[in-house]
Amino acid sequence: MSIPSTIPAFPRMLEDESIYIMREVAAQFERPALLFSGGKDSITLVRLAQKAFWPGKIPFPLLHVDTGHNFPETIEFRDWLVKETGAELIVRYVQDSINSGKVKEETGKYASRNVLQTVTLLDAIEEFKFDACIGGARRDEEKARAKERIFSVRDDFGQWDPKKQRPELFDMLNGRINIGENVRVFPISNWTELDVWTYIKEENMAIPSIYYTHKREVIERDGMIWPNSPYLNTSEEEIPFEEIVRFRTVGDMTCTAAVASTANNIDDIIREILSAKISERGARMDDKRSEAAMEQRKKEGYF
Amino acid sequence: MDIVRIATAGSVDDGKSTLIGRLLFETNSITADKLEAIERASKRRGVDYIDLSLLTDGLIAEREQGITIDVANIYFSTPSRKYIIADTPGHFEYTRNMITGASNAQVAVILIDARNGIVEQTHRHFYITQLLRIPYVVVCINKMDLVNYAQKQYESIKEQFNDLFEKANYKEQQLQFIPASSLYGDNISTKSTQMDWYKGPVLLEFLEGIEWHSLENQFPPRFPVQYVIRPKSEQWHDFRGFAGKLASGLLKKGDAVVALPSMQESTIENIYRFEEAIDQAESGDSVVITLSSEIDLSRGDMLVKKDHLPAPMKELSAQVCWLDHTPLKPGKNYLLQHGSNRVKAKVTNLFSSINIVDYQTIEGVEEIGLNEIGYVSIKTARPVLADTYASNKRNGAFILIDEGTNSTVGVGFIG
Repeated sequence: MSIPSTIPAFPRMLEDESIYIMREVAAQFERPALLFSGGKDSITLVRLAQKAFWPGKIPFPLLHVDTGHNFPETIEFRDWLVKETGAELIVRYVQDSINSGKVKEETGKYASRNVLQTVTLLDAIEEFKFDACIGGARRDEEKARAKERIFSVRDDFGQWDPKKQRPELFDMLNGRINIGENVRVFPISNWTELDVWTYIKEENMAIPSIYYTHKREVIERDGMIWPNSPYLNTSEEEIPFEEIVRFRTVGDMTCTAAVASTANNIDDIIREILSAKISERGARMDDKRSEAAMEQRKKEGYF
Repeated sequence: MDIVRIATAGSVDDGKSTLIGRLLFETNSITADKLEAIERASKRRGVDYIDLSLLTDGLIAEREQGITIDVANIYFSTPSRKYIIADTPGHFEYTRNMITGASNAQVAVILIDARNGIVEQTHRHFYITQLLRIPYVVVCINKMDLVNYAQKQYESIKEQFNDLFEKANYKEQQLQFIPASSLYGDNISTKSTQMDWYKGPVLLEFLEGIEWHSLENQFPPRFPVQYVIRPKSEQWHDFRGFAGKLASGLLKKGDAVVALPSMQESTIENIYRFEEAIDQAESGDSVVITLSSEIDLSRGDMLVKKDHLPAPMKELSAQVCWLDHTPLKPGKNYLLQHGSNRVKAKVTNLFSSINIVDYQTIEGVEEIGLNEIGYVSIKTARPVLADTYASNKRNGAFILIDEGTNSTVGVGFIG
């Protein structure tokens, strides 16, 4: 396939819808929080919240569940963004959940803290009595997500029950909940990966440097390129080497694969996506565990 | 760049999944790894073709039973438009999912198997497009390959369908009949070489030509207030902005407006889209409006124009589709949500229900069960600032919430 030369426009109606959802959250809930991971989707959420409440400040805090396995560039960016927007930031650490014995570190070649962070998140929800958590999940990412509502009610244990979802008609959102329940809210449900990127372009948004091409020490595993880090359990055959790469999606260093790329600006990134043959979550080891990996994790409280 | 929302309904047998798969393939909207995953899953299930329903049937229970339970959202785009397909199961038990998925659609695709013609399911799907007043309906007469691409078969089904349309209320609805074979890609994105007798547009071509946004601008303006922005900062000390998404019509800077329900009058001082002050907001725009005078206005209230007032009502009649396992019974209290306005409501009367296959009304019913549709009257504690659904669909629907379970149990169309 040839690389398309024109970059599509961002459909503005998507922004209207997302801003509407942000305002519904602020109006319908007492203690909402925005789940911030440092990836492009949650950066987009911060931008939308900023626009929804201007000239007021974002009326809820950002909550970052820090796995301790983040890319340092992501943390650096997070702190810069908080300063820039004047938003309030709350950080809770997976390491604390490990230290207190609530969760156990995974072992083996594919060990990651991706699943562990659910416990830290649920604890933070309880600690701050958050009744709504805004997340950057998109329906195009994965087929279980394609079925999730914009206001997704979770029980006391943060669990999602796909059979008990509330119908969402027109644009009316029902955020009424019982004591102990909370709602996960997905304002960019209807955005695709391409929409996020064209939005970043048109809004001139800053993003962490790891989305752009750079030289990095990597290893090869299962036909993919993985960033080498102290957190990755490597075998003797997996010899680190340097490669020119970038990241298309940003999760933990242990479960986010890189792509060989020389894209050093947004236009090139968009062109790369337009011609890509592998979907975004194809670079996420956490989803490949089984056909129903995402649905299982969601039922257990994953965002 | 516009977004067009499409509703599709039907079972695997109609070739619906194949049709959607076609649209995705032919617009380059499906990636190699997703396709491979479906291929792997198809093999595991022991089928020797690529079962595209696995693409949309995302829940474990659905894959186990080979059925679609819920609404799936599927995305594809062309250089000029973004499309969102709300794909729902076609069986009667999932009428509520169909109404949910189709509530935002500008176009519905009704699939008919060319061998079978109009079946019970077709009646139901068409009824729902009429109830929701979906402006465009594509009647896709599929599997033409199995009837030797015979024009006679197509014409006969078209005639049957037109008879159905004769009896319908919403006559402004535009029908487009397309003979197709989704399996072989006839008339989906490219013109079929097998059916030279068909001179109309192919499916994708028709979708690309749909015009809907300007239609909604022609309705009277309705601005439901969602949230009041009061920064109380030094720079914006006296700022009081009303945030909302314009449901219908146009509003301009300088327009004389009336606040409902207080009936206080004012003028639009500014319309903001983030930092930018704009001259005009169109239907669907999320904006912040400031007024030239201090008036009583908060969430749930509405800004309108004086010469186009809705009739605030505390008693309304409506067609209700029931979404919950516990049936609707007259005398029960619910919460009624209309836009951002939520009020206590009581169902005072239940007049009749309707059989959505033969369109006959059934008198003397005592309750409306899951997936059923009935005519009711409702009394509310505070006025609802609505129009009839037929006169302005963006301001004429509501949902009912059960105060005990907090579930969304019904959807109503004000008549």
